[in-house]
Amino acid sequence: MHSEAAIRQPLILGHKTYHDITNDIVAPIENKAPKAWYVLITISALIAAYGVGCILYLLAKGVGVWGLNKTVDWAWDITNFVWWVGIGHAGTLISAVLLLFRQRWRMAINRSAEAMTIFAVIMAATFPGIHMGRIWMAYWVFPLPNQFGSLWVNFNSPLLWDVFAISTYFSVSLVFWYIGLIPDFATIRDKVAKPGMKKVYGLLSFGWTGNAKAWTRFEEVSLVLAGIATPLVFSVHSVVSFDFATSVIPGWHTTIFPPYFVSGAVFSGFAMVQTLLLVMRKVMKLESYITIKHIEYMNIVIIVTGSIVGVAYITELFISWYSGVEYESYAFINRATGPYWWAYWSMMTCNVVSPQVFWFKKLRTNLVFTFFMSIVVNIGMWFERFVIIVTSLHRDYLPSSWTMFHPTWVDVGVFLGTIGIFFTLYLLFARFFPVLALNELKSILKISGESYKHEQASQHH
Amino acid sequence: MANKVIYAVYDDPEVLKSAARKLVSGGVRVRDVFSPFPVHGLDPIIGVKRTRLGIVSFMFGLGGLSLAILGMSYFMIWDWPMNIGGKPSFSLYENLPAFVPVAFEFTVLCAAHGMAITYLIRNKTLPGMPARNPDPRSTDDKFVMELRTEDNHGVEIADLLQGTHALEINERQY
Repeated sequence: MHSEAAIRQPLILGHKTYHDITNDIVAPIENKAPKAWYVLITISALIAAYGVGCILYLLAKGVGVWGLNKTVDWAWDITNFVWWVGIGHAGTLISAVLLLFRQRWRMAINRSAEAMTIFAVIMAATFPGIHMGRIWMAYWVFPLPNQFGSLWVNFNSPLLWDVFAISTYFSVSLVFWYIGLIPDFATIRDKVAKPGMKKVYGLLSFGWTGNAKAWTRFEEVSLVLAGIATPLVFSVHSVVSFDFATSVIPGWHTTIFPPYFVSGAVFSGFAMVQTLLLVMRKVMKLESYITIKHIEYMNIVIIVTGSIVGVAYITELFISWYSGVEYESYAFINRATGPYWWAYWSMMTCNVVSPQVFWFKKLRTNLVFTFFMSIVVNIGMWFERFVIIVTSLHRDYLPSSWTMFHPTWVDVGVFLGTIGIFFTLYLLFARFFPVLALNELKSILKISGESYKHEQASQHH
Repeated sequence: MANKVIYAVYDDPEVLKSAARKLVSGGVRVRDVFSPFPVHGLDPIIGVKRTRLGIVSFMFGLGGLSLAILGMSYFMIWDWPMNIGGKPSFSLYENLPAFVPVAFEFTVLCAAHGMAITYLIRNKTLPGMPARNPDPRSTDDKFVMELRTEDNHGVEIADLLQGTHALEINERQY
């Protein structure tokens, strides 16, 4: 049997048995939802409905209802797209990269982080979809034989790479998530009493039996999927950064973009995981599984990625001066001191300065403070994309076209709407899906469970 | 004599493994084990072979890579070469760097989905399949070992099962 060093903190607190784990996760699905859940889902569904209304209005009227102008012709739509894709990165990082590194603490958080990834990527994909203008022509992004003498899509374009990257990322994450869910759906199927629920979870579980060969295959598939999802995670945000980096706009034309975007993505993704999990562990009473140690580990990832982002910001500034290209230098001086200085300094404060407080153990193990910081980081990362996109565009090569960007109510409505849809989907997930990976938690119970660790420690001495 | 199937129920993976080891060394063939999570180290004891799904994934990935390169060469080089931003499409070799991202993504797409579909089919876990685990507790906290008399002629399974710390031993005729 695998055992773990006694000085490692246990990952499952209290004296739990396998049956307790099943009960703790399945009970909230079987029982009536708490009042807080109804309140939260009503609020988010109303915001979602408003957002859908704004999207429909946008589709009916055209992209002109956004605040875009001739100079700033790409603003909140792409900012929100990059923000959401970035948030999505934490899920796959937790489930794939941490699986390869055999990090057992991932097991309590991977399920909900992956769910978050999937919903965030759906929200991200909404933006290119609606900003095409004619969404009913969206299938034109795929290389399909057509009536125009078979005029193909341009495979040299980073925008097309994005189509492939995002669709691969979304569908592979979905499959990875669902394959992990199948055995847990089977647990619910065999546990619930109500025949209607039994039938639904029976259908979702695809007739899972859990025999020895099935588990061997399960582990192989998880490992191989993790192996190929790891380069996928890094490639997706690299490709997103190519949308900017392969252009010739000062402020965008930067070779540092791929690693800088990827670490920024992981940074914001972990912040969003913290936002969601801190609420979920409290409401669903998961404190024994998502422990302070888990929160602390995630905060450590936030310091590391936040610091990489900080180094990237400073490198960009240095290179803009060192390159001797006056357009580049101007773009960066303008970011820090121009009319959008407040966006730049919000970004710097939220992303570079504020995560450094997590060096203090007291602060990184403080739940209320972590929750507050997770919101700060998410705001900061939204500003990062806004700064990169809008401040680089608003000072054109011709001073006569210099302008500012003013969002309209549709810009704001669509963005808020996606937040509403995201939280609605997440709340539905938390209500009806097994929020922790039951089978994985059970497999570490006797290795990292608190009471079992004590037993082992006393046996060895 | 009618064939019998025996289900020995355990509540700990280590107890189950030592039971399986004891049975197998006594000449018993263990038909299958149903467990709530993967029991590491069980497969070699009961003779479950290593899965070849990794190879399947590699083959699908290779197929995806070839298809992506072939497709992009056809679209961009042979069928309708375009001069885009002063970067004309003359040959696959010259255009290859621009094709790397899509080739990579498509490789991953095919490898992941090809393997996932093969996995679901081989496991017979498909939408609408009925649950086939013999005991509903095997997805919760029990480890169920399935033994069949037809696999074990002339072996006294019941005797061997004694002293393996089984919680229950259920027999069923079929």
